[in-house]
Amino acid sequence: MQNVKNLGEYKEHVREALDNEFQRQAIDRFAQAYPVGRAKAFEGMDVEGLIAEIAAAKDDSIRRMGELYEQFKREAEKAGIHVHLAKNAGEANEIIASIAKKTGSKKIVKSKSMTAEETLLNHHLEGEGLEVTETDLGEWIIQMRHEGPSHMVMPAIHLSRDQVAGLFSQVTGKDQSNEIEKLVKVARRELRQRFVEADMGISGANFAIAETATIGLVTNEGNARLCTTLPRVHVALCGLDKLTPTLHDALRVLRALPRNATGQTLTSYTTWIHGPNEDNAAPGGKKEMHIVFLDNGRTALAEDPEFRQVLRCIRCGACANVCPVYRMVGGHEYGHIYIGAIGLILTYFFHGRDKAKHLVLNCINCQACKAVCAAGIDLPSLIKRVYARILDETGHDIDSTLLSMVMRNRKLFHGLLRSARFAQKPFGVKKGEKQKGNFIRHLPMMFAKQHAFRELPAVADKPFRDIFPKIQPKVENPRYTVAIFGGCAQDFLYPEQLEAMVHTFADRGVAVDFPLQQTCCGLPLMMMGERKAEKEVAEQNIHAIDPAKYDYIICSCPSCASHLKQYPEIFGGGDSDGLLADRFADKVIDISSFLNDVLEMSADDFEQGGPKATYHAPCHLCRGLNVHDAPREILAKGGYEYVPCKEEEVCCGFGGSYSVKFPEISQQILTNKLDNIEATGAEVLVTDCPGCVMQIRGGLAKRGSDVVVRHMSEVLAERRKK
Amino acid sequence: MSNTERIELFTAKAEAVSAVVKRLPSMKEATDYVVDLCGAKEACQLLISGCGEPLSQKAEDLCEIKQDKVVAAPNLSQGHYDALAKACDKNGFVCKRDGLREHLAGIDIGFTLCQGAIAETGSVVLDSDSEETRLATMISEIHVAAVTVDSIEQDFYGVEKKLAELIAKTPSYTAFITGASRTADIERVLALGVHGPLELHVLLLDEV
Repeated sequence: MQNVKNLGEYKEHVREALDNEFQRQAIDRFAQAYPVGRAKAFEGMDVEGLIAEIAAAKDDSIRRMGELYEQFKREAEKAGIHVHLAKNAGEANEIIASIAKKTGSKKIVKSKSMTAEETLLNHHLEGEGLEVTETDLGEWIIQMRHEGPSHMVMPAIHLSRDQVAGLFSQVTGKDQSNEIEKLVKVARRELRQRFVEADMGISGANFAIAETATIGLVTNEGNARLCTTLPRVHVALCGLDKLTPTLHDALRVLRALPRNATGQTLTSYTTWIHGPNEDNAAPGGKKEMHIVFLDNGRTALAEDPEFRQVLRCIRCGACANVCPVYRMVGGHEYGHIYIGAIGLILTYFFHGRDKAKHLVLNCINCQACKAVCAAGIDLPSLIKRVYARILDETGHDIDSTLLSMVMRNRKLFHGLLRSARFAQKPFGVKKGEKQKGNFIRHLPMMFAKQHAFRELPAVADKPFRDIFPKIQPKVENPRYTVAIFGGCAQDFLYPEQLEAMVHTFADRGVAVDFPLQQTCCGLPLMMMGERKAEKEVAEQNIHAIDPAKYDYIICSCPSCASHLKQYPEIFGGGDSDGLLADRFADKVIDISSFLNDVLEMSADDFEQGGPKATYHAPCHLCRGLNVHDAPREILAKGGYEYVPCKEEEVCCGFGGSYSVKFPEISQQILTNKLDNIEATGAEVLVTDCPGCVMQIRGGLAKRGSDVVVRHMSEVLAERRKK
Repeated sequence: MSNTERIELFTAKAEAVSAVVKRLPSMKEATDYVVDLCGAKEACQLLISGCGEPLSQKAEDLCEIKQDKVVAAPNLSQGHYDALAKACDKNGFVCKRDGLREHLAGIDIGFTLCQGAIAETGSVVLDSDSEETRLATMISEIHVAAVTVDSIEQDFYGVEKKLAELIAKTPSYTAFITGASRTADIERVLALGVHGPLELHVLLLDEV
């Protein structure tokens, strides 16, 4: 990843990673086991409350970072600890090398430290002629392979036992079997000898408690305890973001860290160290202790109102554990040094734009990382903001400039969508009999090869905006007056989904309106980092649909809905548009919640005894809008026999323009989804999002599957008692 | 949470991370437990974990240091230590309370008295300011940790005050120990005893 020059090269790396069958299966197994283990570890705890507490406490520490550093330094020096502050990675490495020189240290043992990975410390020390041994088993393995970690908590998750056995055979000069138990014992003996000989031990720090100048180290293997016990010199390298005011703050984070990382209640060893402790190998019987605090952009980040929350990260690695993209390509293609969602962001701030610019595109925006983050960091939106910053710094590329120009002009945009119906003519339209959907017969050249894993939908003959005036019901004394926010996909590709929705309300006392001035929600613009255009379309929408006139703004595309809910953030409150955006966002509701929770439709409203149906939860519904129960409940009330699907809330791989940019990854994520759907034995797959319909229907049609894909509004309209 | 509930929760959580938990009346029974355990260990083999595998010459050399079965108990009171040393002597084991750097190849049992325990995580809290205490709990094949039942707290916040006192000393070194040393770094397969003990036994004592 380090030396990728352009997007083409990056995609090449990604393709190679996708071909690494072992790595993919290893991470896949973990991805399936992790949510179960995590849930068990947090059982009976108020997880959301804990996350909110951690976020608030970390925000406070970030605000006071400079002050906490001074306090730590004062207390540390009283205790005889040498404290250093390094402006950047190079400075940190030089400080540590000079400590080695001053203390006459030649051999160094290291306990795992992501901060040392960030500064590439080993390279520097080895360049100075020092012998450095990583003692965490996974880190030792990758050190010998001259690789970086592929996961923050499980650095060697990409390697097989055979690869490790081969490596150990080289190191020991003896043939090793591939039995894991035995390999671990070999490492134990080999590394024990390194501990015995070491002059200096280097550790990271999970916590730096300012009040008492105590560092906290969290490990499973116990190597940190040996690194900080045997050698006569101890150097801890610690990011400024690890500073925390009190022991209580550290204990609070410790409640979440191992649970969120690996589903452990606590790691085997948590070690609290303050001052130069007893060391019988040192002159005077006391260790020499140094702490090197690393800034490397952290002070600047702490002052950045938009991005400071990034420093809340407690390095649990959970954002990688749940990421569908990481699951396919592994860590080396999903982060520069830090991996996972947080890695995409940190790469930009710690390692620079060049390292970040391609990586940052590889986020599908499924929000799984945001939902799992122990510190409540809004990772997906920060990733997009990093992208927007990179574009602002380097210039927007012609595609996205063009598209944002088009989208800002609703008439032009909709005109182009209409004419797409004619543009697709040369490719032909075929009817997907099984799927009740129309597909493009031949894919246009630019899509042909990599996109052949799914059928693509044809543009409808008539958009919904042309149909609506004819089907708008007349309702006397309505219970509710609602506006439909159609979204481009439903308006122009799947108008039948919106039509079905109107029919479902028809005689339920709901007056429906479809304001014609509405345009794209702006999500695709956000995905492309076009923030100015994103705000302009938002302005058009809040003026097109006056929230004062409606009880609800119903949106049967959850991607649009969750983006509409974010309008207040786009405007940042304040002026009249900001207030309007607040009121607008308040009224937005998804179709399942409206039917189930507001209209309180019941089994009596629908014909019962329908077919077996399974469900796919769109990312922007279950996580974006936090809606979990309503769709399953209304589906069952609608007369369907609901059969749950494995990994129902995992992304289908669509992600809007993402599937166009990274079709191979999209295809692989979709394959898992389709396998799980077919395994349920259901006749119908129901989902709430037109994008998911497009992806899953296209994939199943390509497979020739008998499972029919339908939007929620369609399946309910079909069984509605008239 | 009552005392009994705390003991039950501690036992369940510690056993979940493969610790062996035993309830015993006092240090006398704890001493017997340690001596029995050392006697039964690997049917009197002297081999330390890993020494049976093919190793590099340097690592192999370290294996040859070990000649006797060794029990280390660095933080016991003089009276308790004397009783343990006497029992070890009778069984032909070496009993030590200091000089553990001479045994870096490994010892059989490290026996410590802990200052507290956390029920919710199944952890013991150990004042490890002394290097000998740290080594006894790290280079041993089996760590036997004794703790009184009345020092088991429900959660982190319960031990916070005691921990704050322990870490306020200058210098200080304190450990939460939860199960044996472990790794899952190769193919996520759990293996116990990577750098530290292969087994953790926790003895819950009514009194010391």
